[in-house]
Amino acid sequence: MPLSDSFFGQKFGITEHDLESYLSEALGAGGDYADLYFEYLATSQLSIDESIVKSAVQGVSLGVGVRVIWGERTGYAYSDDLSPEKIRKAARVAACIASGPSKVDKTGFVEARRRDLYPVVTAPNETSLADRVELVKRADLAARAADRRVFQVQASYADSLCHVLIATSDGVLSTDRQPLARLGVAVLAREGAGVSQRGYSGGGGRVGLEFFETEHTPEHFAREAVRQAIVQLDAVPAPAGEMTVVLGPGWPGVLLHEAVGHGLEADFNRKKVSAFSGRIGQLVASPLCTVVDDGTIRNRRGSLNVDDEGAPTQENVLIDKGVLRGYLYDKLSSRLLHSKTTGSGRRESYQHIPMPRMTNTFMLAGDSDPEEIIRSTPRGLYCANFGGGQVDITSGNFVFSASESYLIEDGHITRPVRGAMLTGNGPEALKYVSMVGHDLKLDEGIGICGKEGQSVPVGVGIPTVKIDRMTVGGTGG
Amino acid sequence: MIEPELASQAVRTALERGATDAECTLAEGEEFSAQVRMRALETLKDAGSRRAGLRVLIGQHVGSAHTSDLSHAGISQMVESALAVAAISTEDPYAGLPESSELGSLTGDLRLYSDDIHKFDTAARIQAAMDAEEAALAWDPRITNSEGASFSAYAGGRVFANSRGFAGSYRMSSCSLSATPVARQGDSMERDYWYSLARSHSHLDSPANVGQRAAERTVRRLGARKVPTQKAPVIFDPITARSLLGNIFEAVEGDGIYRKASFLEGKLGERVASENVTVIDDGGLAGLFGTSPFDDEGVPSRRTVVIDRGVLRSYLLNTYTARKLGMRSTGNAARGVTGNAGVGHGNFFLEKGQRPPEEIIRGIRRGLYVTELIGHGVNIVTGDYSRGAAGLWIENGEFAYPVSEITIAATLQQMLMDVEAAGSDLEFRGSVASPTLLIREMTISGQ
Repeated sequence: MPLSDSFFGQKFGITEHDLESYLSEALGAGGDYADLYFEYLATSQLSIDESIVKSAVQGVSLGVGVRVIWGERTGYAYSDDLSPEKIRKAARVAACIASGPSKVDKTGFVEARRRDLYPVVTAPNETSLADRVELVKRADLAARAADRRVFQVQASYADSLCHVLIATSDGVLSTDRQPLARLGVAVLAREGAGVSQRGYSGGGGRVGLEFFETEHTPEHFAREAVRQAIVQLDAVPAPAGEMTVVLGPGWPGVLLHEAVGHGLEADFNRKKVSAFSGRIGQLVASPLCTVVDDGTIRNRRGSLNVDDEGAPTQENVLIDKGVLRGYLYDKLSSRLLHSKTTGSGRRESYQHIPMPRMTNTFMLAGDSDPEEIIRSTPRGLYCANFGGGQVDITSGNFVFSASESYLIEDGHITRPVRGAMLTGNGPEALKYVSMVGHDLKLDEGIGICGKEGQSVPVGVGIPTVKIDRMTVGGTGG
Repeated sequence: MIEPELASQAVRTALERGATDAECTLAEGEEFSAQVRMRALETLKDAGSRRAGLRVLIGQHVGSAHTSDLSHAGISQMVESALAVAAISTEDPYAGLPESSELGSLTGDLRLYSDDIHKFDTAARIQAAMDAEEAALAWDPRITNSEGASFSAYAGGRVFANSRGFAGSYRMSSCSLSATPVARQGDSMERDYWYSLARSHSHLDSPANVGQRAAERTVRRLGARKVPTQKAPVIFDPITARSLLGNIFEAVEGDGIYRKASFLEGKLGERVASENVTVIDDGGLAGLFGTSPFDDEGVPSRRTVVIDRGVLRSYLLNTYTARKLGMRSTGNAARGVTGNAGVGHGNFFLEKGQRPPEEIIRGIRRGLYVTELIGHGVNIVTGDYSRGAAGLWIENGEFAYPVSEITIAATLQQMLMDVEAAGSDLEFRGSVASPTLLIREMTISGQ
């Protein structure tokens, strides 16, 4: 699509000539590379609470970020005003990082080959508010109808439509239209005068509103949230100490995100501060484990046609049959480490500097029957769902908290437990994987990853996996 | 600074177009940051942005909108957008602005803004970060690498106006200096950090102190091991105790209370903690980070005793949660620039006790001194508490060796009752603060 037909061409009259002149301004004091990131973001949020649609918010945000790279140095500035004089001013501020003769790069842009991983004709943000409000109303009704012990229901829906234009001094010109939608249901349930328990379920992706019509309906998420809360009503305190842990398929893939993914982001490895630094080619997991990060899966929450530096996303093999194969690179780290970008440069908004990030991270399916995995476990913990996790990439130590887990006794899933926290060490934990199920499942599309103050949407996935040894932190015996 | 009149104008426009009440927030900020790593400049960032938000009521229907376009056309579109979403919301009998009699602003200089953050030029700011990193690298030969050091500065302002006649504004500034060294010994690699944060440059700690403290904290983690699973006393250092205070805030804020989603719901007037626990929220302390002349609904900030020697005395409320509970706002409304206000805190802290932290440590025969908590294993509904931890093992009143890859667990209810001592070392490093805390017993999971 020619720039003149693109969103920014049409709405703001931005031309290739303009982009070239801003980039020249940015390289006016030298520097190796410069880029521009234009962003127009329209958002909506709706929520129902006590069966009342109490809050509805719509917003727009517009701006451009200018970056100059000179060796290992980065200069960055942004403007929320797209007038040429303000963009030029931002370019001059970013240029302060470099000192030397102005550098005029080759002129002209090559537009990246286009693909469409999220062919959404009408983005949710472009539909009527009345249609979207129905989603939370339906979720509220379904959750209240599902079980009499439910006494609080909050359903929230949020969507955004982000238009980006990325132009770089090495001649890349990319535009993208990125829809995103997410529906979540949180409930509280209580039996008589007993302790209240929470349940949460949600999903979404880079999808149209039709996504919520089949399978991923408000009723589906509502019933799942209620099921989780009700299960917790009978839960016993989590055990404490080292034991066998079986992860259920889907969202428990957040283990990979924490234990492996962050430690393989190239910025940490460039600085040699990751527990995985210098370990390419080494065995860091059991040979049953192959872990990939794939930004090209259709309609997924973590997917992108191009990353936030204009590079196409791709499937990156991180661990192949237990052996560490590669890192996730953005442009800066790939320049400095003499590698290629893996399409992993992401940022929260035009106000943020890109860095290597994950997209959709998951373990490939194995051969084992999930039921056999449970049967083979005399005593352990089965984790069906998780809250969040966190990792210290330098020591490699990570934790994540289980929101739904059960004891495994004599090869059977028995009592639900509450408040279980798992902890381990990244390069060590996956060495204890002894069985991998054939039931790979990706999460339902609610993941948010935070790094250095920047949040981006991500996906995770995993088949049923047995880990022979892991520390479980609870209060029980 | 943004023209404060712009907020009142937006409110008037909303009323002209059919809103029965309206409130508008404008926010602007300029950020600067310089990051250095291994003695070289790595990143410079320098930019600013502005944002407007509007919340309207049409009768008891509420709608909100926000925009980064503060032009006449942008504001006009924001008003239309807020009115459009109000039309699809449900009537909420409790929705509304504070009563006129509740509105107001603290007077006097709260020392939220200091011009001196602009006193230093870019070169001096980069040098401060360089000096902090150098101090860390020079502290110990085991500090072999660094994730860098940074200096950042911020200046901004906030304007709020509503249709009940409130109009107010204030400016804020801050600057910070931090260092994150990496230490290595054999196969063990650890990082930690230290920072200083202040509203004015003159209150910032010296680069040498920041760097040395960061280095000390990092080196002492080297060679960390697991400990056997057991029950033992746990001391939270002031940094990790802050996060525990954050959990207490979540348990007393009105939103969770009226929803019955907090373990402290229905406990006003009851003993919920040991006598060593007095928790205060004070939004009026000059020069601190939780201070503001008025909250995000135009209600003056104030001091509220939340827990008095173990007895729960007050929740923290905004207008909405107060109405739901049949109480009065405590001036704790908080929001970005738009939407229904949530509940936030001013300076939220646990009052200091008598004993110096060293003495508390000396009194422990075997126990854990926690310096880092990770993960999200706190359930405010049930009080279940389980988090990843790192720190130092105490034997006979002395630090014996570092520990990591463990978790600590209990319930918040029990932990509050089990606070055996609060140290004398209360220091504000941000809007939440706590002295060193000793908890009688928690479950430590390790080997």
